[in-house]
Amino acid sequence: MDFQTLVFFFLSAILVFAALRVITARNPVHAALHLILAFFTCGGIWALLQAEFLAIAIILVYVGAVMVLFLFVVMMLDVNIDRIRQGFWSYLPLGAVLGLLMVLEMGLVLGSRHLQKPAAAAAVAPGVSNTKEIGALMFTDFVYPFELASIVLLVGMVAAIVLTYRGPKKTKNTNPNQQVFVKAKDRVRVLQMPVEKD
Amino acid sequence: MDALMHFGTGLFGAAWPAVWTLVKIVLIVAPLMLGVAYLTYFERKVIGFMQVRIGPNRTGPFGLIQPIADGLKLLFKEIIVPSSANKGIFLIAPMLAIASALAAWAVVPFTDTLVLANIDASLLYIMAITSMGVYGVILSGWASNSKYAFLGAMRSAAQMVSYEVAMGFSLIGVLMVSNSLNLVAIVNGQQSGLFASYGLNFLSWNWLPLLPMFVVYLIAGTAELNRAPFDVAEGESEIVAGFHVEYSGMAFALFFLAEYANMILVATLTSLLFLGGWSSPVGFLPDGIVWLFAKICSVLFLYLWFRATFPRYRYDQIMRLGWKVFLPICLIWLVVVGVWMMSPLNIWK
Repeated sequence: MDFQTLVFFFLSAILVFAALRVITARNPVHAALHLILAFFTCGGIWALLQAEFLAIAIILVYVGAVMVLFLFVVMMLDVNIDRIRQGFWSYLPLGAVLGLLMVLEMGLVLGSRHLQKPAAAAAVAPGVSNTKEIGALMFTDFVYPFELASIVLLVGMVAAIVLTYRGPKKTKNTNPNQQVFVKAKDRVRVLQMPVEKD
Repeated sequence: MDALMHFGTGLFGAAWPAVWTLVKIVLIVAPLMLGVAYLTYFERKVIGFMQVRIGPNRTGPFGLIQPIADGLKLLFKEIIVPSSANKGIFLIAPMLAIASALAAWAVVPFTDTLVLANIDASLLYIMAITSMGVYGVILSGWASNSKYAFLGAMRSAAQMVSYEVAMGFSLIGVLMVSNSLNLVAIVNGQQSGLFASYGLNFLSWNWLPLLPMFVVYLIAGTAELNRAPFDVAEGESEIVAGFHVEYSGMAFALFFLAEYANMILVATLTSLLFLGGWSSPVGFLPDGIVWLFAKICSVLFLYLWFRATFPRYRYDQIMRLGWKVFLPICLIWLVVVGVWMMSPLNIWK
């Protein structure tokens, strides 16, 4: 067994363990942390496959940004794990069917080499920058799907703003632009008061 | 060098490359830790002089042993875990903070050849690793089970996530002009140009054509480090010390180390990306690692100067600055650089 295989099994063991803990951990913050660990080890496995751009991107996007916000929300919520577990048995059949479907799909993808002639394995020539290649392909051959994806993201962004925007605020919010130009003499009046005697 | 390699291979056999890498890691981390220790001394001295005080002056000549004394003191203190804290996460959080601060140094080049791992996408790697530093802050705030710590963590998470966007956009400009994600290539790309051919190298560095992005990077870097005037995460006068209020002893020291190691890291990145790295400012002087250190120290001095000069930003003003000022500036300058590169006036060929 060479070193790469060893690293692969090591990372996979962590990945499987972390993924299991995501659904079994009782504390939602622990579950979110294990999900982060799962993403991180997944990045490690991709780096092992010489897909360095994907490996770094999953850490940068999922671990560095998405999960931070997710954790943020989970920490604020008061999740009652026992109430969530109440419907476990009634949801189990549906969940099992979905799980089986996913296993079947993965089996089809991974087992395709036994069913038919495999597509040419993606050989990585030394000295080829993964990032550069992905960038070049994204902006030439796949430019329309790429732009479409960005439009979908834009729609999502606009939708999020529409959902949370409740019209102009009727509070006395201050305009920072005007605020910084305020002089003391606009606000403060110094009065001379005669001493009162009685 | 060859003799050393030969000796090592003889001594350790096939394990020598691993041992050699470990030696190199120690050679980076040990000076870094020393740098962190003396950065705290430098900070206290500089701010002392700016406030017409003397700063530390009791421990050793000019107070030079002060950082060592502080370190020893923290080392021997008890780590107190709050009664209803989440103990595991409470102890993991400082480790996460320091680990991400140190791991990023793996790809930082000091000269053309002096780099631990000269990987292809080193800048992306650094962005990915440093983006994980926020977990140390969030988890420490949550696990402490204290409202001040939690408030600090919330503020810091929002701030770091929003400034990462502006920071990332300012880096895109650098990537565009240097056409590479590799830090060595980015530095080498800054050493040629119109001004460099007259011997005025410092005008050919990225800071001049990318001036708006340089400014954004410098300020967003300060915010990302939670340094004054963006130190709402710690906000001593409002929330005591923010996320690390419940920490003591070495656990607290780890946060401190991580913060200062990150300061040196961001200063190094600023020097590499915008200030020409190890290239000398004028043509007749040789390039060398000394220039890189001089640039890092200047940027670090800027951070200390900021801290002594500016009052703390209000929280909503920080958010406004990040999203409504820096992001549009970066987007506009991206378009400018793009048009510039496509026009006949392109200076980056």
